Amino acid sequence: MSGAITTTAPSPWRALLRPGTLIPAIVLLVAIAWAVAPGLFTGISPTASVGPSLQAPSAEHWFGTDSTGRDVFARVIHGASQSISGALIAVLVGLVVGTTIGVAAGATGGLVEEALMRVVDVLLAIPSLLLSLSVVILLGFGTTNAAIAVGITSIAVFARLARSQVVGVRVSEYVEAAYGSGGTALGVLWRHILPNSLTPVIALAALQLGSAILQISTLGFLGYGAPPPTPEWGLLIAEGRNYVATAWWLTVLPGFVVVLVVLATNRLSQAIRGGEAA
Amino acid sequence: MSEPLLTIDDLRVSYRTGRGDVDAVRGVSLEVRAGEVTALVGESGSGKSTVAQSTIGLLASNGRIAGGSIRLNERREGVTDLVGLSERRWRGLRGRCIALIPQDPGNSLNPVATIGASVGEALRIHGWRDRAKVRARVLELLEQVEIDDPATRAKQYPHELSGGMRQRVLIAAALALEPELIIADEPTSALDVTVQRTVLDLLDRLREQSGTGLLLITHDLAVAADRADALVVMRGGTVQEAGPAASVLAAPAADYTRALLADAPSLTRVVEREPVVVAAGERPLVEVTGLRQEFRRGAGREPLVAVDDVSFAVARGTTHAIVGESGSGKTTTGRAIAAFGHATAGAIRVGDVDVTGLRSARDRRAFRRSTQLVYQNPYGSLDPRQSIERVLEEPLRNFGIGSKADRAGRVAQVLEQVALAPEIAQRSPRELSGGQRQRVAIARALILQPELVVFDEAVSALDVTVQAQILRLLARLQAELGLTYVFISHDLAVVRQIADTVSVLQRGRQVEHGAVAQVFDAPQHDYTKQLLAAIPGASLREDNAS
Repeated sequence: MSGAITTTAPSPWRALLRPGTLIPAIVLLVAIAWAVAPGLFTGISPTASVGPSLQAPSAEHWFGTDSTGRDVFARVIHGASQSISGALIAVLVGLVVGTTIGVAAGATGGLVEEALMRVVDVLLAIPSLLLSLSVVILLGFGTTNAAIAVGITSIAVFARLARSQVVGVRVSEYVEAAYGSGGTALGVLWRHILPNSLTPVIALAALQLGSAILQISTLGFLGYGAPPPTPEWGLLIAEGRNYVATAWWLTVLPGFVVVLVVLATNRLSQAIRGGEAA
Repeated sequence: MSEPLLTIDDLRVSYRTGRGDVDAVRGVSLEVRAGEVTALVGESGSGKSTVAQSTIGLLASNGRIAGGSIRLNERREGVTDLVGLSERRWRGLRGRCIALIPQDPGNSLNPVATIGASVGEALRIHGWRDRAKVRARVLELLEQVEIDDPATRAKQYPHELSGGMRQRVLIAAALALEPELIIADEPTSALDVTVQRTVLDLLDRLREQSGTGLLLITHDLAVAADRADALVVMRGGTVQEAGPAASVLAAPAADYTRALLADAPSLTRVVEREPVVVAAGERPLVEVTGLRQEFRRGAGREPLVAVDDVSFAVARGTTHAIVGESGSGKTTTGRAIAAFGHATAGAIRVGDVDVTGLRSARDRRAFRRSTQLVYQNPYGSLDPRQSIERVLEEPLRNFGIGSKADRAGRVAQVLEQVALAPEIAQRSPRELSGGQRQRVAIARALILQPELVVFDEAVSALDVTVQAQILRLLARLQAELGLTYVFISHDLAVVRQIADTVSVLQRGRQVEHGAVAQVFDAPQHDYTKQLLAAIPGASLREDNAS
């Protein structure tokens, strides 16, 4: 009997082993490993001058050195903790606040829903970069504050998606049947509505992780993020842009790492959603 | 004898899936003669629609004809083998020689094209350039399928038409180029019985006039019995029995055909039920008086009256059926009894509870212990993420009944009551068939030991043999547990078997009610008479009676 069941339900591990999922997963794992234990990947300090300035990439310094002779590869690795933890905070803020608003709006309906969703509409109406800049100015500079600012810009997206999912599931027959078997509103919400509506929200969170890295880098590039000499990815690119003509590796190689990580989260997010459809 | 219009010989079709090839059709042979009807009868998954799709060259992209031949005796080009035809040749054949009437009139018409454009499309595809001629032909066709005021209808959009009208439009579109062969894939399954009858009559008449051959795909043996000249019974991709309709029905050779005949509620008695004796003067369990339900339709519009002055009583231990066509208010009435609606006026009493007076969520919740609702669609009423055990346990947990071990015992017991194996408890709804899911839904309703169960079209979505099993199950449970049922259905044949009393609803009004025997044998109202006359299988019942 159990054999028949395993063949009918595709195992999530099989899906994970497809190259389309495996490669992004490896990229993300490496980036997270950089963030957690940068010392394992490089022995070079990110803030110490280790050689002549503006050296091209070589076997010794993979990404070359910058204007003060610091190893760029080491700075990228150490920067991962700044950028990725920042992105995680940003996504967490958006996910928790946004989903709570969305689920509350979708589950209650009526006036509460109207009020909450109009607030969300206001959030959506403000351009996200402008909004995050304003929040950073209110909270003060720094990686964490920049992350919170980026998170606030994604609240609206999470809230709208969560609400639309909850509204869709709320009218399904099994939810009514659950009320019919004596379920209380909270019990039904917890046992039926949330598990059946949150998969796309999780997929969106994975997607947002990528764009949060990008947005935090943007803030760093504009000088609203971590102050120098912190090796934050956006800041790295900003510092290198004065030398684009003579030392392209200062902007291109860190930029390439950012692109890879963002693409990886994008692919993974699609895999999560694809798994739902199958 | 001349070559038949369509000859299918030893057809084999397989589908490529993630788990290897699946043989959907294994060696099917049949014939359709000009001017005659061949009915292909089978349950869901029997491969009957695959045969139809192969015949018109519209198999799903993962389907492949693995062997056999399909020959069409075409009037212009003689006998053509349809297997392996190029897409170009197919385009010339479809519409002109073979036409398809699809199953679901609800979404088979392009919602942004007018009726006239949809009907005229086949003409334009096959090279009619003259607009005035196309228009004239479209109006002629709409008239032919008995649509009143064709000129106005041709300018309307599908959403402005009823289901029956849309099906006629689809028939008109199929007839546009006077094809030799029409494939009708469950043409009336989505329609009310009275509409089904007029649509089938229409097809019959058109076929007699034009000499078109008809391949009728249906799950309903009674429909096939009324309409077909030849009958092919399919199951699991193979032909169980084939032959002239009269002889197959009179003396079925295959076990499966016999089972289908024995399980068709419109042909035979499927359920053995002891009539319930109600003691005189006993207070009925359910009393509905003057129920009225309105739905607001926005500012400036009259509210929609879904139920208007419906009254009946249901004695304890009996079954009361509410019958009517779609839009008659039968589901609204049933939901009001199960406290899922807010009645506008009138009173409903179940036991000692005044249902219309239940205002707070807490009171409604308490009421659910005594009254349960079972839904039509077993695919939608079970949470796809829960195991069956959790589905069944949930009502007990909601009311805090029993310890963990007690609850597991109750789940096992109720699974046994609905004749499901105990291993089912560990499965997820996705792994069960429609019939098994509906048993689970019934088990969930029973686990609270209610007094009253409301069934909203609870057997309508099931295959006929499964439907018969569920009906027998319901009768047995009623006898064992002394349950009272309110049974909502559009199928009068089923109602006759399972109900003691019946209310007939038409557009929200109760036109007739009383004991089933009395209402069905001596109907007073015209609408009831129409409904009864529309039950398919009349030809066979007369044969049996004589």
